[in-house]
Amino acid sequence: MPVIKVEHLRKVYGKVVAVNDISFKVQEGEIFGMVGPNGAGKTTTIECLESLRNPDSGKISVLGLNPRNDGYTLRERIGIQLQEATLYDRIRVWEALDLFASFYHHSIDWNSLLETLGLEDKRNSYINKLSGGQKQRLYIILALVNDPGLIFLDELTTGLDPQARRMMWKLVQDIRNQGKTVFLTTHYMEEAEQLCNRVAIMDRGNIIALDTPESLIRSLGVDSRIIFSVKEPFEIDHLKKLKRVSRVECSNERVIVYGQGEKLVGEVVNMLTVDGVHFHDLRTEQPTLDDVFLTLTGHEIRD
Amino acid sequence: MRGFKKYLLIEFKLFQREPEALFFTLIFPLILLFVFGSIYGNQPTPFFGGRGSVDVSVPAYISIIICITGFMNIPLSVANEREKGILKRLRATPIQPQTILTGWITMYFVVTMLGALLLIGAGKIFYNLRFDGNVLNFFIAFTLSTISFLSLGFMIASIAPTGRTASIMGTIIFFPMMFLSGATFPLQMMPETVLQISRLLPMTYMVQLLQGIWFGELWVEHLKEVIILAGILLVSALIAAKTFRWE
Repeated sequence: MPVIKVEHLRKVYGKVVAVNDISFKVQEGEIFGMVGPNGAGKTTTIECLESLRNPDSGKISVLGLNPRNDGYTLRERIGIQLQEATLYDRIRVWEALDLFASFYHHSIDWNSLLETLGLEDKRNSYINKLSGGQKQRLYIILALVNDPGLIFLDELTTGLDPQARRMMWKLVQDIRNQGKTVFLTTHYMEEAEQLCNRVAIMDRGNIIALDTPESLIRSLGVDSRIIFSVKEPFEIDHLKKLKRVSRVECSNERVIVYGQGEKLVGEVVNMLTVDGVHFHDLRTEQPTLDDVFLTLTGHEIRD
Repeated sequence: MRGFKKYLLIEFKLFQREPEALFFTLIFPLILLFVFGSIYGNQPTPFFGGRGSVDVSVPAYISIIICITGFMNIPLSVANEREKGILKRLRATPIQPQTILTGWITMYFVVTMLGALLLIGAGKIFYNLRFDGNVLNFFIAFTLSTISFLSLGFMIASIAPTGRTASIMGTIIFFPMMFLSGATFPLQMMPETVLQISRLLPMTYMVQLLQGIWFGELWVEHLKEVIILAGILLVSALIAAKTFRWE
């Protein structure tokens, strides 16, 4: 049975259609990601699931409950991290955890979470003295304090430096490995690709694709790239004639070969060697979700 | 009301970590007492019907404390909590709105009373403050006044778009009221034009009720004030409830 089931969800603010008409299911134990640019409708969707917003139409079931009618029961059983919500400046870390734990019927010993997430020595710090990454870790603990089976993370890593972001990814994976289901939104395609079992790509209020990251990339037949540099110009027509190569770009000493298939690299390198071309700094780039988004929408995802 | 005890405790802790709120609620009224007390003393004069200046001022200063809570502390803090997403974060838990509201009212009521008790204590010790009323009656008058001004504060917090506007609105209302309601300067000194303005200010009625009950006057002599304060409570609570936003 799916943990989340959404049918024809729609939400309009005035004249702005935030979510047009989306349907999807989230299975137990998966990391489900909703990606797309700012304003695509991700936060509206997640907040409808969290019972913080009422949809205009459509059916939502979360853990078998209807968020609109069973908000309090639902919020007992889910964990929520909100985008852009903060806490009191002058509340200490332990006080915030103690407070939030008291809101639930069932809560876990958050001391061990403090240790696991490396905030043990920040117990007595005021929240406004924490770094961005430390704050996000605290908000994750707050979302876990009731030991929920399903947790929602809205733009968890926005504004974090790459190192802190990677640490968050590890945390999210650990959460999933405990058997919990994770629903997250992000506008970093790389994050969705690294972290999520399945990804729904959203643009302008619609889900334009939904699958595992690998399938999404494969299904679109997006080209891989082979990039290398050469000392002197050479005959690129030989490369262009290769069956797996679709396109070759040359600018000064830099060459980019586009194409598909596992044997692409071997064939290109082989051809260059046969032609006696002295190439260096060769690397390959696999297509990413960014390419998928670009292909599907015709515009780049903006950061 | 699960979580109420912890929530109330946190509200108290946060309040005592706000130096400005602490100063205006607890220290500022004492400064008023000592400044005016050292100028006028507390000798009985016919001007105050046989009472001293401090005897008349203390119940009036209590109304100032109530106004500071209602017009300065509440709008700033509640609108700020909304602006920063704190209210939204609380709403993302199973805590009930009435738990939060009861927590706020209890905390602000208690700190307002604390300010009043400090003031009364200092008046007793340093100026031999005279109280001619009945403690229970005064407590009832104090409670009605406080609850009705807390409600005004919540109304401002609900209407104002940001913490900054809430704070500005509260301050703009508070300062003229403090001087035109008889709280700092007795209304007997005021010209008729000022009296006309003062009749429009809710605080004027609170000052008159608190002074009257402090002097031992009867409730029937202050029915008008009671009705006006109860009306303010009702209307502002309704508007606050209608316009309240979590985010």
